Amino acid sequence: MSTTEYAIRPPETVTGEASAKRRRRSENRAGYLFLAPWLIGLVVITLGPMIASLYLSFTEYSLIREPVWVGLQNYIELFTENRRFLNTIRVTAIYVAVGVPLQLMFALALALVLDRGVRGLSVFRAIFYLPSLLGGSVAVALLWRQVFGRDGLFNAVLGIFGIEGQSWIGSPDTALWTLILLLVWQFGSPMVIFLAGLRQIPTELYEAAEVDGAGRVRKFVSITLPLLSPIIFFNIVLQMIGAFQAFTSAYVVSGGTGGPNDSTLFYTLYLYQEGFQFLRMGSASAMAWILLVVIGAVTAVNFIASRYWVFYNDR
Amino acid sequence: MTASLRASIEAPPVTGRRRSRRTWLVTVLLCLASVAMLYPLLWMLASSFKPADQIFGTASFWPQQWIIDHYADGWNSFGFTFGRYFVNSFIVAAGAIVGNLLSCSLAAYAFARIDFKFKKFWLAVMLMTIMLPYHVVVLPQYIMFQEFGWLNTFFPLVVPKFLATDAFFVFLMVQFIRGLPRSLDEAARIDGCNRLQIFLRIILPLIRPALATTAIFTFIWTWNDFFTPLIYLTDPAMYTVPLGLNAFLDSTGESAWGSLFAMAVLSLGPVLGFFIVAQKYLVRGIATTGLK
Repeated sequence: MSTTEYAIRPPETVTGEASAKRRRRSENRAGYLFLAPWLIGLVVITLGPMIASLYLSFTEYSLIREPVWVGLQNYIELFTENRRFLNTIRVTAIYVAVGVPLQLMFALALALVLDRGVRGLSVFRAIFYLPSLLGGSVAVALLWRQVFGRDGLFNAVLGIFGIEGQSWIGSPDTALWTLILLLVWQFGSPMVIFLAGLRQIPTELYEAAEVDGAGRVRKFVSITLPLLSPIIFFNIVLQMIGAFQAFTSAYVVSGGTGGPNDSTLFYTLYLYQEGFQFLRMGSASAMAWILLVVIGAVTAVNFIASRYWVFYNDR
Repeated sequence: MTASLRASIEAPPVTGRRRSRRTWLVTVLLCLASVAMLYPLLWMLASSFKPADQIFGTASFWPQQWIIDHYADGWNSFGFTFGRYFVNSFIVAAGAIVGNLLSCSLAAYAFARIDFKFKKFWLAVMLMTIMLPYHVVVLPQYIMFQEFGWLNTFFPLVVPKFLATDAFFVFLMVQFIRGLPRSLDEAARIDGCNRLQIFLRIILPLIRPALATTAIFTFIWTWNDFFTPLIYLTDPAMYTVPLGLNAFLDSTGESAWGSLFAMAVLSLGPVLGFFIVAQKYLVRGIATTGLK
């Protein structure tokens, strides 16, 4: 840094106020220049289409003829006449409400075990994380379809114990559960976030609790859980938003139909069918906006509820 | 290691032998869990080398005889080889990586270092777009790109990346740049650097870890992405690997599991490779931002 010492220029001698103004203007210009690609993207790729889909949701539009304004009809039809729509809400709600908590419980449990200092931590972390990277791919969905088919791996394993299984993918009662299992299988990424959070908890707290005679359960309830609660909250919000939008697994496992009997008809899969197979763009847009509102509402509820159970150390 | 330190603190005062026995038990349980989790993947790998009649209805792992026919059959199963799909996927992934690195770092620099008007507002908007479900914008985007004549081209998959639409990475880089001392910028400014030079010569080299994380996640997401190509690419010549796999499944039904598995294994290869090479960046990326 010694070169800078003689490179210092004399302070600019323009009168203070004018130079400050000029400086601010140049800051503005520089800021918006650097921001330009993002701003264009925001308008053209995000906000524009968002507004357009809101408009389309009040129309009937099949890509061929001009959109026709129909008011709230799409929304009313979805909620009152469309059985597949009500079913897709049920299927998605089960997937999110069962899958996400299960996934996070596994993630937290494994993070706690690994944080206790086992040998080969980084190897186990890598192994448990791997499914999170691969789980969203068509290849794994395809594997799942075989594993839980009639002649699949799962039944072969059951066969060892003398149990004769059915086709888990082919039965409307169980197909959704294989997809929930696929979600839980990907607990590695929240686990890594939990691990990072556990590392942040100061060891002095545990030492102090120890001195006060706290047992292991007490320490977990009184120290680990409260200090980890912001991370738990973060994971819940993140994984829920992700699970609402699950698509690939259901598409591949059901061959794009959402079957058997619409039992794996995830919301986004039905939206895809409405928009791109039946070319009902208006109705599909209404679905998109309902999804946005639901995700927004669920996130808001999470945030409000978090005031009562999330503990921030800085308060 | 703080973790091992804490473990020794948490553990009740037991004799060394009992403690080591428990650690040993935990390690064995973790090993079993690892095997159970990875078994489907390993089994798929092994099955891709088995004759077809050994794949079904058996959980046994080791092929009785090794064959590589499935790889040859799968590779040449269509008018186009899988090589074509791999090339397509790599083109899309490369375009997406370049786009994200350029556009996200530019925006992140503005948010982290420049005091322009309405910055707080735009920052809030940026953070909100992270939460926005893709499906809310996909239909009008499709109509728009169709008007541009971009169906069955890679433009709909790549161009948005040049406009920083993956706001997650902007956020990641903003956090990273904020962690750099401002005195570096000042020193460069005194040396006569303008904003662009500061960005190119000071900031970009220093945020290399964030850039690496962005590149790796962009690759994995683009490589695995199924929904976007499914919508925009209908011509088999333009298929990416996931579309190729799905079409293969559709055309053979379930009669050719061996070849399907072989191609599935190949399709996971690049992601696996990145995972092994760049684990450090991946773990850091997830730990700081919650990326998947």
